[in-house]
Amino acid sequence: MYLTDTIAAISTAVSPSGIGIVRMTGKEAVEIADKVYKGKNNKKLSTQKSHTIHYGYIADGEDMIDEVLIMLMRGPHTFSGEDTVEINCHGGVYIVKRVLEVLIRYGARPAEPGEFTKRAFLNGRLDLSQAEAVSDMISSQNEYALKSSIGQLKGNIKQKINDMRNAIIHHTAFIETALDDPEHINIDGYGEKLRSAVEKLLEEIGTLLSTCDNGRIIKEGIRTVIIGKPNVGKSSLLNVLLGEDRAIVTDIAGTTRDVLEEHINLQGVSLNIMDTAGIRDTDDTVEKIGVEKARNHAKSADLIIYVADASSVLDEDDRDILRMIQGKQAIILLNKSDLDKIVTKEEIKRQYLLLNTVDNSEEYIPIIEISAKKKEGITELEKTLKEMFYEGKISFNDEIYITNIRHKSALNHAFESLKKVRESIDANMPEDFYSIDLMDAYEELGNITGETIGEDLVNEIFSKFCMGK
Amino acid sequence: MRYLVNSVWESRDCYDIAVIGAGHAGCEAALAAARLGFRTIMFTVSVESVALMPCNPNIGGSSKGHLVREIDALGGEMGKVIDRTFIQSKMLNRSKGPAVHSLRAQADKAHYSRTMRQVLENQENLEIRQTEVVDILTETDEVTKRKRVVGVKILSGGIYRVQAVILCTGTYLRSRCVYGEVCNNTGPNGLQSANYLTDSLKQLGIRMYRFKTGTPARIDKRSVDFTKMEEQLGDERIVPFSFTTDPEEIQIDQVSCWLTYTNEKTHEIIRANLDRSPLFSGMIEGTGPRYCPSIEDKVVRFAEKDRHQVFIEPEGIETNEMYIGGMSSSLPEDVQYDMYRTVPGLENVKIVRSAYAIEYDCIDARQLKPSLEFREIEGLFSGGQFNGSSGYEEAAAQGLIAGINAARKIQGKEEIVLDRSQAYIGVLIDDLVTKESHEPYRMMTSRAEYRLLLRQDNADQRLTEIGYKIGLISQERYDRLLLKQELIKKEVDRISNVNIGTGEQVQILLKQYRSTLLASGTTLAELIKRPELSYEILAPLDLERPGFPLHIAEEIKEQVNIYVKYEGYIKRQEKQVEHFKKLENKKIPSDINYDEVKSLRMEALQKLKQYRPVSIGQASRISGVSPADISVLLVYLSGMSAKER
Repeated sequence: MYLTDTIAAISTAVSPSGIGIVRMTGKEAVEIADKVYKGKNNKKLSTQKSHTIHYGYIADGEDMIDEVLIMLMRGPHTFSGEDTVEINCHGGVYIVKRVLEVLIRYGARPAEPGEFTKRAFLNGRLDLSQAEAVSDMISSQNEYALKSSIGQLKGNIKQKINDMRNAIIHHTAFIETALDDPEHINIDGYGEKLRSAVEKLLEEIGTLLSTCDNGRIIKEGIRTVIIGKPNVGKSSLLNVLLGEDRAIVTDIAGTTRDVLEEHINLQGVSLNIMDTAGIRDTDDTVEKIGVEKARNHAKSADLIIYVADASSVLDEDDRDILRMIQGKQAIILLNKSDLDKIVTKEEIKRQYLLLNTVDNSEEYIPIIEISAKKKEGITELEKTLKEMFYEGKISFNDEIYITNIRHKSALNHAFESLKKVRESIDANMPEDFYSIDLMDAYEELGNITGETIGEDLVNEIFSKFCMGK
Repeated sequence: MRYLVNSVWESRDCYDIAVIGAGHAGCEAALAAARLGFRTIMFTVSVESVALMPCNPNIGGSSKGHLVREIDALGGEMGKVIDRTFIQSKMLNRSKGPAVHSLRAQADKAHYSRTMRQVLENQENLEIRQTEVVDILTETDEVTKRKRVVGVKILSGGIYRVQAVILCTGTYLRSRCVYGEVCNNTGPNGLQSANYLTDSLKQLGIRMYRFKTGTPARIDKRSVDFTKMEEQLGDERIVPFSFTTDPEEIQIDQVSCWLTYTNEKTHEIIRANLDRSPLFSGMIEGTGPRYCPSIEDKVVRFAEKDRHQVFIEPEGIETNEMYIGGMSSSLPEDVQYDMYRTVPGLENVKIVRSAYAIEYDCIDARQLKPSLEFREIEGLFSGGQFNGSSGYEEAAAQGLIAGINAARKIQGKEEIVLDRSQAYIGVLIDDLVTKESHEPYRMMTSRAEYRLLLRQDNADQRLTEIGYKIGLISQERYDRLLLKQELIKKEVDRISNVNIGTGEQVQILLKQYRSTLLASGTTLAELIKRPELSYEILAPLDLERPGFPLHIAEEIKEQVNIYVKYEGYIKRQEKQVEHFKKLENKKIPSDINYDEVKSLRMEALQKLKQYRPVSIGQASRISGVSPADISVLLVYLSGMSAKER
């Protein structure tokens, strides 16, 4: 919610494409660029003329990240109206992400959704008629970002962050109660007790930060849902995909009983794969809930893998699923190809096209015969997945990367604030100084879980501690 | 109650401003209005109860002491009166950082009340009138369709025509005092309540709340055994509240307070009689404050505590009555006797006045602008407990601001609004007019985001210039401040350049204070930053230290020390304030049509329409308004100004 600080974002789609652009705008854009950019001719970017392009490296200290072309544009003649630096680096998810991270480490803030456009407008760079469009974009994107930001947080991590926040606010409230009521509560020497709490928090945040780099803090990857009728071999498929020769990145806690979620890396393509309850028309209440969940997951998925049984006739439930995958990126697997084949590729494709209700729907749909039991056809599935990814048919949700970087930046800030608390304790500062940085850390962690401070501290003081009078 | 007097008559004299109520808010409001040159009339149900302290016998305390300092820095009266009437004084949190040092004084209640009354009685332009105000008179402007205050009506039907009215009714509106099964329809201390005004306010469309608070019993000093209690002494060196009080003149002989504790037996009696408490039986409907719980509340909510502190405090010099701090209650009188008599030292205690809970009408302060004027009724201002706050100091602070702004309204001058980075008064009023609250609001240092800047020691540097521009601070006092500030600045600059070597004298001094010895030279300012050292301690190493004018020397030294010592933290907060100010300075036009702002979420739209914040900053603090809504609002506003261009 700042108006003038420096913001940065990846402005191209995060995909394994040829080139990626990271854009930074704001008062300190050039200053920050100077800290990370090493020109071929050793000239600092700040000494260059506006609207020029330069060749060099982006480095994090001694560590070279990428060879880049960097574009310098000083305000007000830029899109946002403020000083702007654009870094063209080699694409690839990893590199682009690192470039953004290093800018943030040196003082930029990850941009909110729509923030570049908002700045452009506020600096008078956009036409008045666009105001409404800008407003719409801000509100819709923010809503989406907020939802996805929290939604992408793994269940156990959210819990961890909440636990840390609770610890912080409890200590702060105790200090504040004592300061408000010094004749009732004595906090002399509280620093030592707080130190061990702070040490513990620093360690916990440190661990979270290290897992950030592996993307483990959030559910990262192509959201893939396996659907199909009961007993067509969905779970066997998942087990095959998870087999010993595969890398299981992590198993995810907090998944529901009826939807199993796994993270798989197939030849460089990262999948968040969910096995769902078999879909069929049922009267059983519990089963109904499972089916409903499967449908919802399918709706929000980046990719659907539909498993059909090649050994039995397609029925109404199958047609229901074929309707469901219309207009979505999907792969159809004809499982049990080792048994007597009743359904052929041609047959299922015919049914699929027959049910086509979506205009401009992709006519092509990969159909692969497999046998999960005999592990046949799996290589072809992998090949297909890879092709779809590199052709850009299925893609990462960009927001996920941004979310991860935002979370990381918030964790970093919380870490720094807690370090300051420790410094204050070391320097023997009076207890009231601890609260300032404790509350900063509390706020930063709240940015991750989407919670604001509001009256938290006052409420904690009143509910946990007995005030005098 | 219905108002049944039919006669109507016009006041024989002319006034500009009417203040309703003579408590701590009313006193400051009336004095400010009169001192700014307006003919002011102050109504009270009882002249004897001017500046009454119906609850605790002290002024100040954590964060409240800050408020008193700020009132004083702006030209208010509270600090001066308590400096003349205190009987014990303490600087709380002295071992903590300067931001939480807080002055608290035990008051001689009767003396305080009498002294303030004398100040009011002798104030030019100010008159006191004992009567009850029953109606607020308004007119609706033909053109703007807005309501405007034109006068008030008193109990006998008399009409006083004024241009501004300041409501400071405290806890007197339809008040009820309750203990056990006893319920008196009176104000605090058995004083007459004001029963007609609420209807008039409701007719004006004002939303009312009903709040509750309570007070402990007063006891006879002769029945207390002080040998069983710990004595609580005042400070050896007394610091005055007012920047105008000469410290030498207030080094008085002080009276002690006494500390004792409740015990399991006390708690047992309370628990056994909970069903007889009007709170539990539902006789009391008002919302009580969480920070000032009755003893029965404490026992229920903090069941794991086996004892609670009890402070026995004198109510004055010329009375034997004492206050039982920490044991407010609304239990029946017989239970009060039983529970008080379990406390060591109170075994034979005689009660003079019983503890009671009090319920009263107040307003949802979100109907007010930050100037404390009602948004929908021009010329109507309010302050104090009527606005949903609690505490003498909180009341006085609001009264002062309401008085100033009522005067400025008539003068046609811009209203005075202190923001959260300028004063605790700013935090207090912003919280009241912005945030939803279901209990009386109490000031706390943790409510101030920038408390390192809002210290009680620098209230004059923050606010006295504003007081001077308003017209409540004399030229002499302002000049004194300017001189002080100039000398502080010079001295801070100087010591940043005083080099300290590693000579023997230096090391000996460092050793004496258990400070790490110097390996290489540094500046005096750097040494002062060490917790164990100070500007004062390092004087022997500072050969060129200048002399300061005697009357401000101590203040200057203190300021230099604090500024240098905490420079890093102070600068960080100053940077945060910069950000804060940017949003605060983005004003929202008062005639904005929120329905035109597309893309606001429904909840935000409703809240913004209802509370009409004056700035983007204030809007961002309303619960239910998200950062995205603020962005949308910013885009709309800049679109509006582009259109105007």
